[in-house]
Formats: sequence, structure tokens, C-alpha cells
Amino acid sequence: MIKYRGLSLGLFIIFIFVLLAIFAPIISSHDPSSIYTDFLRISPFQEKGFLLGTDDLGRDILSRLLFGSRISLLVGASVVAISLTCGTTLGLLSGYFRGTVDTIIMGVIDVLMSFPSILLAILVISILGPGLNNAMMAVAIVGIPNFTRIVRSSVMVEKNKDYHLAAVSSGASSGRIIFKEIFPNILAPLIVQATLGFSEAILSVAALGFLGLGAQPPLPEWGIMLSDARPFIESNPSMVTLPGLCIFFVLLGFNLMGDGLRDYFDPKLKRR
Amino acid sequence: MIKRFSFKLIKMLPTLFGICLLAFLVVRLVPGDPVMTLLGERGNSPEVYALMKTKLGLDLPLHQQFFVYIKGLMQGDLGKSIITGTSVAEEFFSRFPATIELSLTALIFALTLGIPLGVLAAVKRNSPVDYILMSISLAGYSMPIFWWGLLLILFFSVHLGLTPVSGRLSVAYFVEPWTGFMLIDTLQREVIAEDGLAPFFSAIKHLILPAFVMGTIPLAIIARMTRSSMLEVLDEDFIKTAKAKGQNSFNIIFKHALKNALIPIITIIGLMLGGLITGAILTETIFSWPGIGKWIVHSVNQRDYPSIQGGVLLIGTLVVLINRLVDLAYLWANPRLRGDK
Repeated sequence: MIKYRGLSLGLFIIFIFVLLAIFAPIISSHDPSSIYTDFLRISPFQEKGFLLGTDDLGRDILSRLLFGSRISLLVGASVVAISLTCGTTLGLLSGYFRGTVDTIIMGVIDVLMSFPSILLAILVISILGPGLNNAMMAVAIVGIPNFTRIVRSSVMVEKNKDYHLAAVSSGASSGRIIFKEIFPNILAPLIVQATLGFSEAILSVAALGFLGLGAQPPLPEWGIMLSDARPFIESNPSMVTLPGLCIFFVLLGFNLMGDGLRDYFDPKLKRR
Repeated sequence: MIKRFSFKLIKMLPTLFGICLLAFLVVRLVPGDPVMTLLGERGNSPEVYALMKTKLGLDLPLHQQFFVYIKGLMQGDLGKSIITGTSVAEEFFSRFPATIELSLTALIFALTLGIPLGVLAAVKRNSPVDYILMSISLAGYSMPIFWWGLLLILFFSVHLGLTPVSGRLSVAYFVEPWTGFMLIDTLQREVIAEDGLAPFFSAIKHLILPAFVMGTIPLAIIARMTRSSMLEVLDEDFIKTAKAKGQNSFNIIFKHALKNALIPIITIIGLMLGGLITGAILTETIFSWPGIGKWIVHSVNQRDYPSIQGGVLLIGTLVVLINRLVDLAYLWANPRLRGDK
């Protein structure tokens, strides 16, 4: 396991966050949205019962961060699930059948790819309206092209291999070949992309929350917590530093894991 | 070369058409009646409503509306902002230089720092220097830049008081827009006659922090890519030849290796463009930088659909165009690829 230091560290960070998210109601001493008007903007370690202090409305920051980890992990999981399913299906179809199907699918993907990720998400939100679910939907759509492209190119490589020829000559149906023969062989790059997709999704949804286009108050989402804290950056810097630190570590965890998995699946790349 | 060039340009047309179609559909997909939104709930009769509908061209069938839209685009008509009433193209291009100035500075910063650091990491492969550099790069890569920007404001502006928090120029100076690039405009003869070089330095001071924030992720990516690209080249035979000839290591690294290692970096810069614009949207919001990123977010909040539509169309088109140019630059820089189709 020493060989895969990055992967282990990434898994460890994610594991911690998953535990925190699961046990959030037990660890936190307060409800994330209850307001304590007697304890406004308390700095960390100042008041008993509010370990990491309170925000401008007197809400316990620790509890909000803990419940925020639930939102972020859930966001990552749902976004990856949607873009993975759609993206993989499109990629399998376009890589396997080529021809007109490929031209049409890749045409749409090229259009989607020509928009910077946040801009496309903003565009979708301008249609659907702001909100956590809509932001997740928008970010999921933005994530589709990555999966489609990776799957498509992997399928094209696998199609040239002998086992595919064997399957075709033994009369297997296209559906069977795609899902039972080819799909298991392209899992490695897909898993790597899914892991990196987690960090992209969490970052984008937090960014949208920060811009006021994603999750809406009073949800304890890290991006909103950051933008709410902006006016108090001078008097209560911890209100700004803490939520960002959480985002940073979650992203770091998933990126370490993604890079580590890539090396794990393709040790030839590791040398460097 | 010319044949390839035109082929690449033609291949881009369907994508551009798709972008137009998407931009066109955005406004039509918005729930609610756009005419009602424009007129307001109260004080309009059915006649006014019908007149407005005809004026906006919304009484035509959808495909004809699209035709009218494309025809307008060909004449450079992107519609008018609902909020300000000025043309969207004007709104966009008056802010565009601000974004270009910021992005270019960020990119130059990322390149001038990222390439040497990547080379250093590659040359010192698997040493503590390499590990430290690559760990920092990974941290930079995982940095949510909207937080990073706030942290830097906290440190440099609030604690040290070194840099201003927002805008492009101190309010003490007035500079007549000329090119739109503040670093150039502040050097105009009238400005220097009035205030000397003070406005120029003020503009630099305003630019440093946002450019640094925006350049952080590109810097991390470039350093990583330069490293892996250098490592690949350093394994090649011609490097061994150069070593065998007794070349000094400076020449080997910078003349033989780096020149070849830089070729893939061109592609990375092209791919990073989208990321840069994403960065611009967030950075401009944090630093109140009056560029197109801040404008787009503002338009979405104001539900100014023509502006959203026009902005998205222009940015999408620019990204496609620049990516094609990068493709061509790649071919130009790497003659080995020119022969095969």
C-alpha cells in the first residue's frame, strides 16, 4: 500500500468525510438552522457549546459544516450518477455503432463542450431557475461530455480486439456485446473519471451556491456559507476560512483518489 | 496547410450552428410568457400585447423565428438588453477588454511560473523537491478559487493593506476609455499629464491579486503537464545522443528537451480556455472586476434573457474559434503530425 500513498490518503480523507456526514446529527450539538440570537458571530473556541463559533444569524458553524458535508457528498453522488449513466450510454452507442449515430451524438457533445463548464451550468439554471436540485441537474448535464468521450474512445479501442470478433462470429447480439463484453473492459477509465467527476461536481455546485445560483439559504451548503460570510471577512475570518477548508479537503480527497486510481489501473504511467 | 486550414474551419460550422440553436432555444424554454415579463402584470391591453408580440417576432412559427434570429446574427444584431436598453453586443464588447486583460495576465503568470517549476520537478525527478512541488500543484488543483480569492483578500488586503479589494482603478483617477485595457489606457498622454504614472501603478495594483487568483489552477495544471511532458522527452534517444556528445546539462534541458516538451503544452493551453472563463466568472464576482463574467452572473440574476443569450453565444463561439486556432498552432509546432490525415 506504500506504493499508493496518494490513493490511500485520498481514500482516508473521503472516508472521514463520509463518517462525518453519516453521523452529523449525533456529532453536532445543534440543529444547523436553529438561530441563537444571544450568540451572534462568536469566534471559534470562545463559547462553550459552539466549538467553531456561530455565524451572523447565530447559527452553530460546526453543525452547519457537518450537515453541509451531507449535502456536498449527496450532490457529488447524484451528479456523477446522472452524468455517468447518460454519458456512458451515449458513449457506448456512438463508439460501437459509429456512422450517423456517432455523428449526431458527437455533434451535440461538441456543442456542449464548447461552453465553459460554469457558463453552461448558468445557462441551464437561467432556464430552470436557481435552487439546489436545478444546480445539480445543470452540473450533471455539464458532466456528460467527459464520460461520453472517454467511453467512446475506449469502446473504439476494444472493438478492434479479438474477443469482440469472437463474440460477433459466435452470433451474440449487439446489446449483449456492448454490455456484457465491452462494458466490463472499459470500467477502469470510467471509475477514474467518476472519481474526478465527484470533485468537479462538488466544486461546481459550491461555486453556483457562492454565486447565489445554486442552493438557497437557509440550507447549510458550503458555497452559500462562504458567500454569506463575505461581509464579515474582516471581523470574523473563521466564517470564511472554515467552509472553504471543507470544500478544499473534499476536493483534495477525490483528486488524490482519482490520480491514485489512474496509476493503479495503469501502472505504466506511474513510473514518472 | 491551407487545405487543412479550410477543412478545419468548415468542420467547425456545425458546432457553431449548434451554439446558435442552443442560444436561440434558451429564451424560448424559459417558463412563463416573455411578452408578459416585458410588459409587466398591470396596465396593458390585448392590443398592446399583440403589438409587442409582433414587434418581438414571437407570433411567427418557431422555425421562422430561428431564421429571423440567424439573419439578425449575420448583421451583428444580438438584440437589446431588457434592463439597460443598450445593444447586447455593445454591452459585451465594452466589458470584454477587462476580462481579456485579467485572463492574459493570469495566463502569462501561470506560464512563466508553471513551466520552470515543471522543468525543475522533472529534472529532480523523485527527489524531495519534486514531491513538494507536485504536492503544492495538487493542492492548487483542488483549490476552490472563490475561497482562495477571499483568503488572499483577507491576507493581502485586510491584514497587510497592500492591495485594493475591488475594481480596476482607484476612484481618485479618471481615465477616458480608449482601448479598454486599463494598463494601456492609463498611459495615455492626457492621463500622464494629469496624474503622472500614479494611475498606471494603481491599475497594476488592482490587477495583481485577481490575476494571481485566476492563474492558480492553470499554474498547477501547467506545472504538472510540463513535468510529465519533460519526463517523456528526457527518455528519448536524442537526449541520450546529446548527453553522449558531452553537451552541458543546461543546453540539454532547455535547448533539446524543453523545446519538444512544450508542444503538448500548447494543447493544454487551448483546453484550459474554458477553465479560464469559468475562473473569470468567479474571480470577477469576488473582486467586482467589471468584465463579462460578472456581467453574465448579473444578467442571470436580473433575468435579462437577451444578454444571457448573446453572452453565451459570443463566449461559445470564441471558445470554438480559439480551440481551432490552437489545433492549427499545434500542427505548426509539430511538423511530425502534418503528413498523416
